[in-house]
This record gives sequence, structure tokens and C-alpha cells, in this order.
Amino acid sequence: MGRPNPAITGTAIEGELGPGPHGPGAVPSNSARRSRRSRYAGRIFWWLIFLIGFLYFFLPLYGTLDFSLKSKPFGSAYTAILSDSGFVSSLGYSFVAGILTIIISILIIVPTAFWVRLKYPQLRPFIEFITLLPFVIPPVILVYGLLNTYNGKSLLPLGDSDTGLNVLLVAAYVVLSFPYMYRAVDTGLRAIDIQSLTEASQSLGAGWGRILWQVILPNLRTSLLSGAFLSLAIVVGEFTIATFMSRPAFAPYLNIVGDSKPYEQAALALVSFGITWLAMILIAVIGRNSRSQIKVTLG
Amino acid sequence: MTNAALPIKAPGAPVARPVRRFGLAWLGMVPFLLFAFLFLVAPTVFLVGGSLQNAKGTFTLENFANLFTPQIMQTYENSLEISIVTAVIGGIFGLLLAYAVISGGLPGILRSALMTFSGVASNFAGVPLAFAFIYTIGRAGLFTVFLKSVGIDLYNSNGFSIYSKIGLEVVYLYFQFPLMVLIIAPAIDGLKKDWREAAENMGASSFQYWRRIALPILMPSLLGTMILLFGNAFGAQATAYALTGGFIDIVTIAISRQMRGDVLFNPNQGYALAMGMVIIMAISIAGYSLLQRRSERWLK
Repeated sequence: MGRPNPAITGTAIEGELGPGPHGPGAVPSNSARRSRRSRYAGRIFWWLIFLIGFLYFFLPLYGTLDFSLKSKPFGSAYTAILSDSGFVSSLGYSFVAGILTIIISILIIVPTAFWVRLKYPQLRPFIEFITLLPFVIPPVILVYGLLNTYNGKSLLPLGDSDTGLNVLLVAAYVVLSFPYMYRAVDTGLRAIDIQSLTEASQSLGAGWGRILWQVILPNLRTSLLSGAFLSLAIVVGEFTIATFMSRPAFAPYLNIVGDSKPYEQAALALVSFGITWLAMILIAVIGRNSRSQIKVTLG
Repeated sequence: MTNAALPIKAPGAPVARPVRRFGLAWLGMVPFLLFAFLFLVAPTVFLVGGSLQNAKGTFTLENFANLFTPQIMQTYENSLEISIVTAVIGGIFGLLLAYAVISGGLPGILRSALMTFSGVASNFAGVPLAFAFIYTIGRAGLFTVFLKSVGIDLYNSNGFSIYSKIGLEVVYLYFQFPLMVLIIAPAIDGLKKDWREAAENMGASSFQYWRRIALPILMPSLLGTMILLFGNAFGAQATAYALTGGFIDIVTIAISRQMRGDVLFNPNQGYALAMGMVIIMAISIAGYSLLQRRSERWLK
């Protein structure tokens, strides 16, 4: 009697255990079901996070748009800014400052980054440290130091004249562009074989100016462009330095225009956002095209 | 300009010895170093020097000692509070948002959209940002009015004001967490799928995976980036200035007041105020680069 029973119970147990938690086939299916459910719950959670971020991103923009459209007649805030000479001249001023900043920044950073990569890698930490200093010295302190260093009593009284202040403003912006520009150029240099390019150019008889201008610079085109657009976006939106140097730049103008023209101010804020947006999209587009270009130049 | 400054001109370079003829080539670095000295180092040195002098020009540490008055300490405290709060909240939310679009199973297009947008928003500080928030959650803002219509009075019941510390924090977050998204995204990309699958196969729950694997690996980059966010908020001036018209008690605004000539104390005191800020910024950036180096160990 006792004999068949264990066998029966044995099979019964086995039969029961088959689909149970210890069966070989059951473990994955069970935990997979659980993890699928938790992944489903997870996805809802991530969508929720995204939604909050989305709302937080867009509500202020929508609020601005809504306010700017309250002007009567409809859309008049936008037509007004186009005929507003203050807008045109301040934006023009900031763009010129931005372009000068980019040119000077490229002219001084490209040779430096090139030499550090090619000949003086031991100087790299030092140069990097300098280019990161603008993060340690925020604009408000930079302008404070600059105005006091170059005031009327100093050897180089740039703070005394309009021209001097324009020079000082662009100089400060070049400093602000250091971290972005240096990084962009350095990344660009890493992607090309500057050693071979330099040696090849030299063996063909090129001098240093020619190597930098005709060989290195064209190969850095994409990184320079992204650094340039970022710098431009920063300069056009910069408020602190321009204000304390009393320069007729765009951001200070935007700050005061609202006293007399509130709707225009909202419209201008959106325009300013649009400029930043455009710069970032251009950077993204350039970045996307860059890979193929580098491949082509490397042959 | 720089190319003209480069002195080496090679007329018909001999193939035999290519990379030798540039004893003077390092001159290419001079414009940069000179520029950095004139417009970055010199002004800083000036502030350092000024902060260590009294009005008569003799050496003193008095200006720094005077920073520890209740009024100035309160100014620093406000700045620290705003920076820490926005760094932590912005950091956590930025991490969640970045994770949501990278590994949260959301459509891939949202990822590139978020990245582009973060590039814009992290640079969208200053005047237009301040106004955008005034139009939205200011006293008569769109969202304030909407909340009122559903029975929530933002301004009366909670003592909320966009011109206060909390208001400033809400506004700062707009550029804080996009910066977090941008910087932390590569680190999240570095979390290998295998690690998660391995953890799941061994029966780890989502929580355990985060607690034991993902967070410890992300921690250095997470902390490092939060420190960067801290510095980002600590040094911000334009947004606060435009939002409050210069009437909020934080360090950058106190320095602005000093510059405007609303003299509360002597100029040397102002330099010390600025130096105190530079010191805090320097510590935070040093902490950032230290943690950044540590995080590179895992995430390649």
C-alpha cells in the first residue's frame, strides 16, 4: 500500500511543481510577467515626468505669447517692434558685438589649442584651467573687476570713452566664450589627425600661418560653427556686463522697454527666445552633418 | 590677427626635417595668454588686491572680517539657499527627465526634442526669462489667473510671490534642470543595458536596481553636475535683477548695488564681497572637476 502511494504523490507533486515556481520553464515567464507589468507602470511614470517637464517648459512661453497678443489691434506688438528703432539698433549692436567676439575668440583660441595638442601637451591642464576660469568668475564680478581695472586713473583708461567701453565689452564677451570655444575647438582637433596634416603640409612647403588657415581651420569648420552659434546666443542675451558698461545692447533694451511698451516687451522676449532656439537648432544640424564631413576629410 | 603674429614662414620646406623649424612657433599662444591676462586675470587680481586693502591702501584683512556681519551673512545665506534648493531639485528632476527619454521607453523623437530644447532653455536665462515668468505666474499672470478661476489663489493664501526667494527658485529651475539633462544624458547612456538585465535575472526589483546599481554608478556625475548647477545659480545676476528690479537680497545683487554706487560700505568692502563669491565658486568648480574625473572611471 505504501509503495504505489509515494509514486502517485510523487507524480502528483511533480505535476503540481511543473508549472510552479521551481519548474525550469516557469521562472522566466512568471518574472517576465511581473517585470512587464512593472515596466508598464514605469512607462506611465516616465510619461508623467515628461509631461510635467513639458508643461513647465512651455507654460512660460505660452504666457508670454498670450500677453504679447493682448495688444490691440491683434498682433500689433509684433509689427511695432519691427518699426521700433531701439529694437533694430540694439539687436544690431549685440549682433556686431557677437560676431566680433566670435572672430577674436577663434583667432586666439585655435592656434593655442593647436599648439597644445601638437607640441605642448604638458601645458594642457594650465590652458584648460584658464578657459574654465569664467565659470569661477561670473559676469557680474568680471565686469566689476574690468571697470575698476581700466577706469580713468589706470594706464589703459578704456572705461572712460564709448569706444573704450565697446572694446572692453567685446573683450569681456571673448572671455565668456572661452569655455565653449576652447572645448569645441579641442574636440574638433581630437577628431582630426593634426600631426599627419601638419607634417604633410610642411613637407609641401606650407608655413604656420598657411597650415592654420588653409588646413586646420577648414577641418575645424563644424566645431567652430557650433562654438560660434553658442557664443552668439550668449552674447545676444547677455545683460549684466552690457548694463554695467552702459552699452546699448539688446538685453538692457529689453529690460527697459516694458516701462512704456509692455506688449512689445513680451514680443521681444519671444524674439529673444527664438534667436537662442535658432542658434541651438543650427548647432544640432551642424553636429549631425559633421560626422560625414570629417570622414570625407580624413579620406 | 593671429596669423600675422605667427612669425614662421617656410620658403620651400625641406622634406627631411619637417617638425623641427619652430623655435618661435609657440608665439601662436601669446595672443591668447595676453588676452586672458589683460581681461580675465588682471581684473581678478585687482579685486583680490583691493579686498586686502583699506581706503588708505594699507594691507588689512578687515574687509573679510566685516563679511561676517549679520546683514552680509544673510545675503550669502539667501544666495546659498537659492542655489542649493535649485541645484538639488533641478538635479533630481533633470535626472528623471533625462532617464525618461533615454531609458524610460518613450518614443525616440522625444529624446532629440528634449536635448535641443534643453540647449535652448539652459541658455535662456536673464531678462526674457524673468518676464516670461512674470507673464505666467506673476500677480496677473496667465497661470495665476487660471488657478484663481479654479479656486486656487496663488498670491493670497500661500504668501507666494514671484519676486521672493521661492519665486526666484521657480524661475531659476527653468535653466537649471535643462542643464542637468544636457550633462547627465551621456552618463545615463553609459548605464549598460546588460547591468539592468543581469540585475533583473537575479530577481532584483526596479527599486533594487536603482538603489544598488544605477545610483551608485551615476552618483559622482550626479553630485558633480549638481555642484555645477549650484555654481550656475550662485553666479546668476541678470534673471534676479530683471525679475525683482534689484530688490532681492542675494550676493550678485549686492555687488550690483555696490557698482551702481548705492554705497552701503566702502569699495574695498565691495571687493571682499566679490572675493567671497569667487572663493565659493572656486570651491564648487573644483569639486565638480574632481567628481567628474571619478565618474569617468565607470562611464566610458
